[in-house]
Amino acid sequence: MPNNSAGRNIPSQIAGIESVKAFEGAFVNTPLVRKQKGSRTLPRLNKLVESLEQAVLKSELKDGMTVSFHHHLRNGDMVLNMVMDVISNLGIKNLTLASSSLTSAHEPLIRHIKNGVVTRLVTSGLRDKLADEISHGLLEIPVLFHSHGGRARMIETGEMRVDVAFLGVPSCDVYGNANGYSGPSACGSLGYAMVDAVHASRVVLITDNLVEYPNTPFSIHQDQVDYIVKVDQIGDPEGISAGALRMTKNPRDILIAQYATHVIEHSGYMENGFSLQTGSGSISLAVTNFLREVMLRKNYTASFALGGITGSIVRLHEEGLIKRLLDVQSFDKEAIRSIAENRYHTEIDASYYANPHNKGCATNKINVVILSAMEIDTNYNVNVLTGSDGVIRGASGGHSDTAIGSGISIIVAPLFRGRTATVVDRVQTVITPGETVDVLVTDHGVAVNPKRQDIFERLKTKHLPLYTIEELQKKAEKITGKPEPVQFEKRIVGVVEYRDGTILDVIHQVKE
Amino acid sequence: MKLRRTMLYVPGNNPNMVKDAHIYRSDAVMFDLEDSVAVQEKDAARFLIFRALTCIDYENTETVVRINGLNTPFGEDDVRAMVRARPDIIRLPKTETPEDIEAVDALIGAVEKEAGIEEGSIRLFAAIENARGVVNAYRIAVSSPRLVGIAFGAEDFVTNLNTQRSKEGMELFTARQEILMASRAAGLHAIDTVFSDVNDDEGFRREVTLIKNMGFDGKSVINPRQVSIVHELYTPTIEQINSARKILRAIEEAEKEGSGVAAVDGKMIDKPIVERARRTLELAQVSGIYLDEIDEEVPNAE
Amino acid sequence: MNLIRTGKAGTLESSDVMITVRNNPANDIEIKLKSIVEKQFGNHIRSFVTSLLEQMDVHSVIVDIDDRSALDCVIRARLETALYRAAGIKVFRWEEME
Repeated sequence: MPNNSAGRNIPSQIAGIESVKAFEGAFVNTPLVRKQKGSRTLPRLNKLVESLEQAVLKSELKDGMTVSFHHHLRNGDMVLNMVMDVISNLGIKNLTLASSSLTSAHEPLIRHIKNGVVTRLVTSGLRDKLADEISHGLLEIPVLFHSHGGRARMIETGEMRVDVAFLGVPSCDVYGNANGYSGPSACGSLGYAMVDAVHASRVVLITDNLVEYPNTPFSIHQDQVDYIVKVDQIGDPEGISAGALRMTKNPRDILIAQYATHVIEHSGYMENGFSLQTGSGSISLAVTNFLREVMLRKNYTASFALGGITGSIVRLHEEGLIKRLLDVQSFDKEAIRSIAENRYHTEIDASYYANPHNKGCATNKINVVILSAMEIDTNYNVNVLTGSDGVIRGASGGHSDTAIGSGISIIVAPLFRGRTATVVDRVQTVITPGETVDVLVTDHGVAVNPKRQDIFERLKTKHLPLYTIEELQKKAEKITGKPEPVQFEKRIVGVVEYRDGTILDVIHQVKE
Repeated sequence: MKLRRTMLYVPGNNPNMVKDAHIYRSDAVMFDLEDSVAVQEKDAARFLIFRALTCIDYENTETVVRINGLNTPFGEDDVRAMVRARPDIIRLPKTETPEDIEAVDALIGAVEKEAGIEEGSIRLFAAIENARGVVNAYRIAVSSPRLVGIAFGAEDFVTNLNTQRSKEGMELFTARQEILMASRAAGLHAIDTVFSDVNDDEGFRREVTLIKNMGFDGKSVINPRQVSIVHELYTPTIEQINSARKILRAIEEAEKEGSGVAAVDGKMIDKPIVERARRTLELAQVSGIYLDEIDEEVPNAE
Repeated sequence: MNLIRTGKAGTLESSDVMITVRNNPANDIEIKLKSIVEKQFGNHIRSFVTSLLEQMDVHSVIVDIDDRSALDCVIRARLETALYRAAGIKVFRWEEME
């Protein structure tokens, strides 16, 4: 029998060993290690490539593939535009672009769509001019809108295959350990990006802050990463995170927040050890502050807060009022500081956060959630994606994920904005089905979903202005007048997927 | 029992606030055509409040309009317009003499007649804002059957006095007392002045507690946030409610036994105490407390 | 009502409307509407303003409306103010207004 490369005699068949492939030499079948030891002049092992263009070429991106991005850099993101410009210059076409969400920073995509570089969008939300153009028929193929949990689901199950993930990371070492905690473009949690890093066929990290190896603690692991590109700037700090957000002085927002706090206090869901999730809007921030007073008064602590973490929540945690923080997205500088410093402020990925088809996601464990709405109808269906004029302008986000998982889901919104009623007969687009929405709190009154008689019974003697949602809708219409129905074309420009992958609603092109 | 614990100022030329000022649930909203409206916009504010009052349903909130004084170029037009818009109350600023009230009363009456509105249906509030008004307080208070209350305006008052406002408010003491005496003697409501530092919750609470203890029926408020604070302080506490019940029960018992005399906790209960107890319970009820939900203390075996 | 000059009323604040009126040399009612709620209320606002003008006996006017989602009563109040300013009228006929 022939010897292997180590000079050892190995039988070609061994009972109980499935296949026997002889050793061919230490370096032969381990492609990523250095071929030569001992030379001190060679550069240290790294995955750096000289340019974005090189990274795209090396990733073997071809026409018709799917590229992905995350939106942790929010309105300050520069990565998506940089990468798409490079891709466009390389003449690659017909891509599906899957960004966890799209913001006002992504207006340049309009050009790439017009040039056929991008022909399909899969995202949680669209804003401003890009959204407007798509509402008016910019894309041939409808946009697929998903929730945060839904995106994690479709990536984990392979329903959506990401060929190349381009992930902007605020800090990264030469081998691919990355986190969002430090650097000039710090953004906090990289929860959405982490899912892509695990499942994409190729992962390219783009950073403006190369640090010493190993960059621990890391959110994205070196063993997930193919290439790394260093650029001058991945994001504008002003657009990435707000400074400390002051509580609103708007009396209307404060009124709504007071009612919402009252509802939470008497709902039966606020007890020692309860858990909560609030948004980042001004009403949510006010609720957080008012809840603090209730918690101090009743000597309650919360077991955890989930989110979407803001400085207000961090403050409560640091005061000992909230024990743990689970963070998929860090909204402001305080939240970023906290996640970097505090082991009890834990980064979670989008699947852990809200994937309905894994072994149990965080939104299942939430007691109280505060959510916003552009529209809510008399069946309690909520729209956070399109305006009352039918134009896309928001995002599905974690709305439907948290509404269903929570013990009590509370929508906070003014009864009407200007003369646009929030409470309507029928929403333009259903993002969160009414059967998962429990209470509506407006400045003119509070409505409890008839499915939740238990909550209604507890609230009815608490001096809240309680109405049925039909009464609120009529109130709104009486004040604003009845709007003309919006005119649409037959063409579908958006498809709304519920978190489980089924189709919830469609968005038609608006008539001009 | 009519509650006027809070009168919320609403600048008369601000559609965003005017359109639903009642959501803050103050007992009254006061649409201002006077100091918060620039001279060039007096007409605009007048039209806006006219239309708002005739088109918007302010539900159970009492509507008040603060007109410009009749000695200004705007006052008469304000009255002619506002009477037709039928607010519950017209508030006359800077009232100094009973003749001021008589003049506006007569004008309102004339317009009511012209417009076919039931005479006397629009009520009046007098705002006293300087020394002359304070000195004439009682004569003002009895000058018209339309008058339902007197409001105190401290900003103009302290200027008139050549001083400024202080935390303790000593400079306002006499004015407050005079207005209170005059109002009570004439059977009117007395409303205290605004507290302008909206960030000083502590100071606000102190002032509300002070004027409530003095006997004021309520306060003018400039920020919706102040409304719930005033209402909270004006609502009888559980202890006060239970104490009132105890007193009324003792009287009931005494009447049943035919004895005219009752005592609670060793103290004699006489008429003023009974009246105060009744008032407390009425106030509690009107403030929205569900009396049957409050556990009564178990009466001591006497 | 005779419009002797340009009359303007209202602001560009949220829930308000800025209305400018002046005489129309073409002796007709011309309404130029810019509204953030054009789709839902544009037609209503135009016909509402037209009927108000007719009620107020104004037949020759150019009305420029910059609407920031104002309620009907606000639009009405601002229109009336602008017209009275344009007509230079100081005495208001409230009895006709109800």
